[in-house]
Amino acid sequence: MEDEQSFSDICGGRLALQRRYYSPCCREFCLSCPRLSLRSLTAVTCSVWLAAYGLFTLCENSMILSAAIFITLVGLLGYLHFVKIDQETLLIIDSLGIQMTSSYASGKESTTFIEMSKVKDIVINEAIYMSAKPRLDCLIEVYRSCQEILAHQKATATGP
Amino acid sequence: MVLKAFFPTCCVSADSGLLVGRWVPEQSSAVVLAVVHFPFIPVQVRELLARVQQVSRVGVTVLGTWCHHRQEPQESLGHFLEGLGAIFSHEPWLQLCRERDSKSWTCKATRRQASAAADEDQVLLIFYDQRKVLLSRLHPPAALPDRQAGDATPSARGLAAVFDTVARSETLFRSDRFDEGPVRLSHWQSEGVEASILVELLTRASGPVCLLLSWLLSLLSAVSSCWVCRLWPLTFVGSKLSTCEQVRHRLEHLSLIFSPQKAQDPTQLMRKANMLVSVLLDVALGLALLSWLHGKNRIGQLADALVPAADHVAEELQHLLQWLMGAPAGLKMNRALDQVLGRFFLYHIHLWISYVHLTSPFIERILWHVGLSACLGLTVAVSVLSDIIALLTFHIYCFYVYGARLYRLKICGLSSLWRLFRGKKWNVLRQRVDSCSYDLDQLFIGTLLFTILVFLLPTTALYYLVFTLVSRAVWMLGLGLDTGLAQAPAPGGRRAGPDPSARGRGQLPAPVLAGPAAVPALQTGSWRQVPRPSARGWQASPPPDADEPPALQPRDAHLPPPQLRLPPQALVELPVPQALLRGAHLPLEAEGGQAGLRDTAAVRSGPGTLPSRPTPSGTGAGPAWGTSTAHRSWGLGAAPCSCSSPVCWGLPLV
Repeated sequence: MEDEQSFSDICGGRLALQRRYYSPCCREFCLSCPRLSLRSLTAVTCSVWLAAYGLFTLCENSMILSAAIFITLVGLLGYLHFVKIDQETLLIIDSLGIQMTSSYASGKESTTFIEMSKVKDIVINEAIYMSAKPRLDCLIEVYRSCQEILAHQKATATGP
Repeated sequence: MVLKAFFPTCCVSADSGLLVGRWVPEQSSAVVLAVVHFPFIPVQVRELLARVQQVSRVGVTVLGTWCHHRQEPQESLGHFLEGLGAIFSHEPWLQLCRERDSKSWTCKATRRQASAAADEDQVLLIFYDQRKVLLSRLHPPAALPDRQAGDATPSARGLAAVFDTVARSETLFRSDRFDEGPVRLSHWQSEGVEASILVELLTRASGPVCLLLSWLLSLLSAVSSCWVCRLWPLTFVGSKLSTCEQVRHRLEHLSLIFSPQKAQDPTQLMRKANMLVSVLLDVALGLALLSWLHGKNRIGQLADALVPAADHVAEELQHLLQWLMGAPAGLKMNRALDQVLGRFFLYHIHLWISYVHLTSPFIERILWHVGLSACLGLTVAVSVLSDIIALLTFHIYCFYVYGARLYRLKICGLSSLWRLFRGKKWNVLRQRVDSCSYDLDQLFIGTLLFTILVFLLPTTALYYLVFTLVSRAVWMLGLGLDTGLAQAPAPGGRRAGPDPSARGRGQLPAPVLAGPAAVPALQTGSWRQVPRPSARGWQASPPPDADEPPALQPRDAHLPPPQLRLPPQALVELPVPQALLRGAHLPLEAEGGQAGLRDTAAVRSGPGTLPSRPTPSGTGAGPAWGTSTAHRSWGLGAAPCSCSSPVCWGLPLV
């Protein structure tokens, strides 16, 4: 069973939350972030190159321009690989644990798995815990679903 | 009820067959370890499982069936598989089915005793990478021997139970479907252990290669430890030159890396790998240095610059001596002694410069060949450099030694005669100062000599001071190189941390400064640091942990504890200068010398007499000299300071 909703993050971009309900004990939440906008990319590149050109007129050294190009490329690659998040997924399996996957724009995926026995409770922390920086309403949705599952799990654990 | 099935990713493409693994009832999860392919004989499967269970103490059973339809779905296979459930009964019976090239699987778990409220179990399929789970150690350690066979330790909870199961079922993975055994299994080994033929060849070839190299290295070490190399001059020289030490370390490490025995546990393997990597890095850096050095005639330039530099240093030293022979800093020196010492040192410099000029035509060739040693590693090259510097400044070191010995002798004489002045005597037997009644002529001569020594003191003290400063300046230079060596990667670097006294050339008797600059005699540690350069004698013990950076180790980690030399009770309460005068400062080799003297003194005379005439080689001093030469390092013949005996000028220098 799938469900899609649209929220916004703290910077105003559009986030899409997809909820998949596989079974009473297994749910998945998928948060998709907006893509890298051409506008911001152009703005950053232009500012860097303008600064480099300004330095060049001061120093008359053409190495600065090549260095600026190099820095731009490397910076963009680094940003895509380490900072820009494409999608974040939270998978809860009742008796097994919680798995959080972040996939970056360059294709890198980083996964964290927490065993259920180590999870006492799920809370909304004041600092944003998901790198996609969703707003409170999105977080509340996820939180509610997670608490349902946790309650269900506790019931089956303590029950017969 | 949810049933978790852990399925290995390597079996996803396996043919149909039986699922074999372990059922963990506490978590209602089934860990599938392998797939048994058709055809098989049930009895043999049961035998295999029983054997595995006995060896690995994991409750391995048949869990269910696996069906992989490669062609159109076969109805007969389905019935056949259901019939298998009757042969191998297991609660619950797992049935996994996969269509050809399809992502959808069918998972069913049926229970024989269908209870009233039980509907069909839901199956949660979890894929796991068998090899990684096998190799990771996220499970508790092996079960205690007193547990019965048949089940894992109950303390493994949650996922740790899965890891535990897979890790302990190694016997099951010994045979796979390509073997000729009765039962054909599919598990992670079926994927092939190594896909690259080059790696296979390398692993096969590494055995004989390691044997050959270790044999060569043992040959080398046998040669180096044969009787020729144990002769005294060679061992002495070898212990002083840091190059020999480095080469020895390198040999040690190479023999460890190429030893034919496999590493017993991951720590050893890590250590071996660490050592190999650091040796490779060292050699790579050394080769880079070599290529830089041999290009553009740099060696020629270096050789050309070397002799003028030595000349320059010698000239500066000559200026210094001329200054000392005049009126240095306005002090008035004793003319005769001044001239003698100054001329002696000048002649020394002249000799030294002649030697350097004599070898100057060969320097370039020597440097070229020595530069080749850089291919053994950067640390060897740096140690060679430090040795070269040490050899070039050898004369400065000699001056320092001469000045120190002379000064020491003078101070000994002065202290002894001062005691005589006051009517006291050093009792060697009791290690204390006793009163003594001297004859009149003894007193007269003693006073005379005392006056002479006192008036000669400034000259000697000044020479001593100047040359100590110069030699320490040179030593600072070498300290930089040694620090670099010590910070080198652990296997290649020196053992101890940066050793301030490593540049020195042997054990000197502690130079005594009776002034406020005196190193406090009651601090035992400091004696080891500044004037006791004996770092080279310390490498007898192998490094305890070769993969620990030496800088993190305490400086004296492997050294014998500093020997506490407590002065006698009477001297402990005295303030420092008096304690010094009474011999509390004497380091241990003087102790040894005194022990020797004690024997001879007991033989020779009782207290109250002057034991020997001022002859150049007092026979009484002979045995003492003999016992303590073991401590001597440079053979400059520093006699044990017998300040404790009433006459110390009876013992000659070189």
